[in-house]
Amino acid sequence: MEQRAKIMSMVIHLILVLVSITMLVPFLWMALTAFKSMTEATSVNPFVIFPSVWRTENFTTVINNMDFPILYWNTLLLIAGRVIAAVLTATLAGYAFARLEFRGKNFMFSLILFQMMVPGQIYIIPQYLMVSKMGQLNTIFALVFPGLVTAFGTFLLRQAYMGLPRDLEEAARLDGCNIGQTFLWIMAPLTQSSMVALGIFTAVFAYKDLMWPLICNRDVMPLSAALAKMQGQYTNNYPQLMAASLLACVPMIVLYLVFQKQFVEGIATSGGKL
Amino acid sequence: MSTIKKGTSRERNEFMWGWLFILPTMFGLIVLNIIPIFQTIWQSFFKTGDFGRGNIFIGAENYIRLFGDTEVWQSVLNTFKYAIVEVPFSIAISLVLAVLLNRKMKGVSAYRTIFFLPMVAAPAAVAMVWRWLFNTEFGLLNHVFHSNVQWISDPRFAVFSIAVIGIWSIIGYNMVLFLAGLQEIPRDYYEAADIDGANGIEQFFNITIPLLSPTIFFVSITRIIGGMQVFDLIFMVMDRNNPALYKTQSIVYLFYQNSFVENNKGYGSTIVVLLIAIIMVITVFQMIAQKKWVYYN
Repeated sequence: MEQRAKIMSMVIHLILVLVSITMLVPFLWMALTAFKSMTEATSVNPFVIFPSVWRTENFTTVINNMDFPILYWNTLLLIAGRVIAAVLTATLAGYAFARLEFRGKNFMFSLILFQMMVPGQIYIIPQYLMVSKMGQLNTIFALVFPGLVTAFGTFLLRQAYMGLPRDLEEAARLDGCNIGQTFLWIMAPLTQSSMVALGIFTAVFAYKDLMWPLICNRDVMPLSAALAKMQGQYTNNYPQLMAASLLACVPMIVLYLVFQKQFVEGIATSGGKL
Repeated sequence: MSTIKKGTSRERNEFMWGWLFILPTMFGLIVLNIIPIFQTIWQSFFKTGDFGRGNIFIGAENYIRLFGDTEVWQSVLNTFKYAIVEVPFSIAISLVLAVLLNRKMKGVSAYRTIFFLPMVAAPAAVAMVWRWLFNTEFGLLNHVFHSNVQWISDPRFAVFSIAVIGIWSIIGYNMVLFLAGLQEIPRDYYEAADIDGANGIEQFFNITIPLLSPTIFFVSITRIIGGMQVFDLIFMVMDRNNPALYKTQSIVYLFYQNSFVENNKGYGSTIVVLLIAIIMVITVFQMIAQKKWVYYN
């Protein structure tokens, strides 16, 4: 029996290691190619796995040609704008939907649920026309625009407030706090973990968004759109394309490795409550 | 009169604060989402004039064109092919991984971290590196398998190659959702099954699957909807002159092309309306089917 359990455990580890390799190889190949010369990358006989010299030219070339500092800055502003707007508006609305009684609430909440069920592509053309009419194409504002409010985040925060005990508010109100003060000082701090989850969720999806930046920002680009544009220009220079991809991925991966627990829980619990 | 009398100061107070709190969200939601839904439907009855000049009302013409447009129906077929591979495989693989990781052993969190990694990578970068792996002449895959397959330019199976990227990207995410669901299943069920002499595979099919079915249902609904909206991978992997493009372009890809490359926002809107109709039909079917197999405790 002991023996069998040991074999089982080895088989399980073997499967998991094989899957891990499958998950990691594309990232490793991206990194290895980024350090190769074009000749090494396209050498078939012999097939080159490790670069003979760890060249950094590909990185310096793409950093200069694509102006990476600006791309990072645009991406940072895009993420910051959407995260701040989403967490702020969703926290307020989530509290009202969970804990306050007022006329029109149910109808408004049904609009929230409705928005969550409709596929996002239906909003894009009118949103583009709005930004265009405002003369805001190619601005950071345009990048943030569709993410100014979040139906999904409102729903998530509402769930968080509904899980809190009612006596806290009663006590605060007896002490003379009005609704605004009760919310700000007592209730909002208790939903911090949900705010963090929503923030991470929003940040990751803002970073991954490709279609919207492609449509509205052909000059002021975040990383995702810049990679797409670069692929159109340097179609087959894979060492440079991989260097740019690696530079685009590394900041988020580092953040992920540092805040693993929050990332996995943030993205998964948000996703799971949808 | 009675409503006014009932309107105590506390109620009026809650009314005021309630609306104050939801106002930013509702204003944004109505302007950014609710009105655009109607605008897009309205737009689908128009044609964008040449040089972007004005909208010309053309009635149902876009819809008539849509029904006869083989490129659109091919894209619907392509999208279905993509989803039919991506959804079941990603769910099956991630379910097995979640079950394997749902035990006390060394390295669980390391494995979880690695499987989840693609979730935080930019899809544009993911697509580019896979394109490079799939490269017929210099790609790693053909080298490892000693093959000469045109993974992404053979119209017969390019769409499945792209689905492989989709599976690779999503299994970590599905797995974490399944792990959360697995934690809710009481341990005693498995202990009782052990005593009755049920082996691991029997336990998987008789305990895990039925008790996890609400999570499986949720994940499959969201994955099918997500799969029907595939765009990034196809946009990044397929060149405009790729011979397999016609057999791989998805519905959303055609929407993008028509609306923002060819600038016919009217026809683009018509394609979106088709997409929504398809997703609605699928969702309704799933809702009916769930009664047959989803087990709510």
